[in-house]
Amino acid sequence: MADTHAESVAYVRDGFLPERPAPARETGVVGWLRQNLFSSVPYTILTLATLWVIWQLGAAILPWLWGGVWHVDSIRACREVLEGAAGGCFAVLTERWAQLLFGFSYPSGEYWRLGVAFVLLGVCLAPVLFPDLPRRLLIATLIYPFVAYWLIWGGTPLAAVSGLAGLAGGAAAFRTVASRGALLGGIAGLAALLAIWWIGGELAAAAPGFLALPPVASRNIGGFALNMILGTVCVSLSLPFGILLALGRQSRLPIIKIACIAFIEFIRGVPLITLLFVANVVLAYFLPPGTTFDLILRVVIMITMFASAYIAEVIRGGLAALPRGQYEAADALGLDYWQAVRLVILPQALKISIPGIVNVAVGLFKDTTLVSIISMFDVVGMIRGPILASTEWNGVYWELYGFAALLFFVTCYGISQYSQWLERRLATDTR
Amino acid sequence: MKTTAFIGALAAAVLGTGAASAQTLEDVNERGALNCGVNTGLVGFAAPDANGSWQGFDVALCRAVAAAVLGDPEAVEFIPTTGKTRFTALASGEIDVLSRNTTWTFSRDNDLKFEFTGINYYDGQGFIVPKALGVTSAKELDGATICVQTGTTTELNLADFFRKNNIEYEPVPIETNAEALQQYNAGACDAYTTDASGLAASRATFENPTEHVILPEIISKEPLGPLVRHGDNEWGDIVRWTLNALIAAEEYGVTSANVQDMASSPTDSPEINRLLGTEGNLGEMIGLSNDWAVNAISAGGNYGEIFARNIGEDTPIGLARGLNAQWTEGGLLYAPPFR
Repeated sequence: MADTHAESVAYVRDGFLPERPAPARETGVVGWLRQNLFSSVPYTILTLATLWVIWQLGAAILPWLWGGVWHVDSIRACREVLEGAAGGCFAVLTERWAQLLFGFSYPSGEYWRLGVAFVLLGVCLAPVLFPDLPRRLLIATLIYPFVAYWLIWGGTPLAAVSGLAGLAGGAAAFRTVASRGALLGGIAGLAALLAIWWIGGELAAAAPGFLALPPVASRNIGGFALNMILGTVCVSLSLPFGILLALGRQSRLPIIKIACIAFIEFIRGVPLITLLFVANVVLAYFLPPGTTFDLILRVVIMITMFASAYIAEVIRGGLAALPRGQYEAADALGLDYWQAVRLVILPQALKISIPGIVNVAVGLFKDTTLVSIISMFDVVGMIRGPILASTEWNGVYWELYGFAALLFFVTCYGISQYSQWLERRLATDTR
Repeated sequence: MKTTAFIGALAAAVLGTGAASAQTLEDVNERGALNCGVNTGLVGFAAPDANGSWQGFDVALCRAVAAAVLGDPEAVEFIPTTGKTRFTALASGEIDVLSRNTTWTFSRDNDLKFEFTGINYYDGQGFIVPKALGVTSAKELDGATICVQTGTTTELNLADFFRKNNIEYEPVPIETNAEALQQYNAGACDAYTTDASGLAASRATFENPTEHVILPEIISKEPLGPLVRHGDNEWGDIVRWTLNALIAAEEYGVTSANVQDMASSPTDSPEINRLLGTEGNLGEMIGLSNDWAVNAISAGGNYGEIFARNIGEDTPIGLARGLNAQWTEGGLLYAPPFR
């Protein structure tokens, strides 16, 4: 056969050609550009249009950023310095940064306390957020709320210490007595809790100067610190309440079920701003005259109720997504209700619910800016009220709102990235 | 406004008359501080400065009342209120006096059960036009396009004014103040109309404020003043006469610079002597110390000084006295005699 071939063709290659690199237009930068940006006529048009938009935005924003004025004392001085050239008036940020972060009436000598509370928040949240850290660190997380309260509001630490001691004593009493019955244990725990709180209250009243930091009233806390306080407190409180509400909604006991459904549906049917108005305005009429019920506390209660209802619905979705077999398996193992919930149901349901919970948390954090409507000076309230109403800075909009947007973006993007990491780490079923 | 009225009415209904106790003065003395409701931020009228200390035309009245009652202009707890929370804050007793550019109207006085204790600023709706337009009076605005916020009383006042003067105009309806300013600056309308003090404050934020003029015509009445709850006349009198003392002090030439001098010994003018307590016992009659007016005037000066420092012609806001001049100079400020 080989012979016939040799006659019909002039030349037959008897070895392989060496491999050659792919043509330059298919590899490297050029290849990437051709494949991803200029693969067809419509794509090319889209690419060019996008480049044009980016160029326009950059040409508008970058000179505004580079040409910004950082050290003058009013918007008029800014305009004099700029003389019509493009440039932001960032001097408002250098002059009023402390007001934007801490509010205008937090004593300026005490800013470090908010700073320390913020740093400690990161440190003490870490054991909760990152399961790889030693479990013993969780004790710092438990202590943190009391330390933060003392740092932010000041006064004597005795109140915070007794609050913590009361909880610890109550838990200890419950554990000792609980073997004789949960009800008895509960009563003993409650009694110990109240006794320690009462003693602590008397102590704090007797020695108000003991290790005291200068006290700061709630209405003097503002700026981004107020958003952080409201966001952190309300998210952490609404998680346990949300879980309880979600479980309650699935309960077989009709009273609990109806109460939970009524609460969730009522709260979800009312806008947050209405609840805030109730907190600010209407509650004052239901309380006896002369009682001053801390405004931040009222707002925290309202936002927590609101967030709990939403988180409850998210978790209900997680519970509903669990195969019925999981519930039955837990029953078959002879676990009682709380054991089943704690060991089988919740770990799986919560994992499914993470994206939804984070979604609610991010939305809630941004919703804390609504308090500016009931005349609290969070970061948006500071901008809308005092800063834009000063004769020096009236008319500076982009710089201030851009700064607020940056603060919120950094925080919310961080939360979002964390939740994606957590989802990947907990994705045991698909591994 | 309907909502505010409703909430206020609800407040009044819940409270009844019992809570409007006639002992505000005692409460203030006991507390050692005056709870004064102010705006969360209005250029020139109320705003905290870079150090967090409240400044402004309405704020100065709070300080004067605190000085008259407690002898200390710093003994004020400023409670920022929004347009929606101000009346409930007052009705619920959270604040003792509301000094927040609030227009005195019939329904607020009677229906909401408040008592206006005077007028510290006569405002009204005005027009702003570019100087290049060459207009000097609102009556020359025949055929002009005018930016106006929709759904407000300014829209109705505008229609009334042009119909009354039998001239034509073309309204450009706009939603918010900020949007209106943008439209006006972009040349979408020849003139923009809203409250005159607001126009002046907005003009201060323009790139070239001198190229715009506020026309002299004021086409509606917006008398702004401090208010207290119904049912405590003694307290209402204190706020009313503190404001009157500031106005009278300007009329008689008593200023923050010379008030201590004049109060140290009786002067030639019996009216000044009675005001400053070197003669008679007016302080006792109002339930305060005899040097209450001296303290009030020392706090921030007389009415004219307060006006000039916060919103007057030398400030970026640059409001002329206009209606807010003394009656002797063609204005409406007229303090009843101190006698």
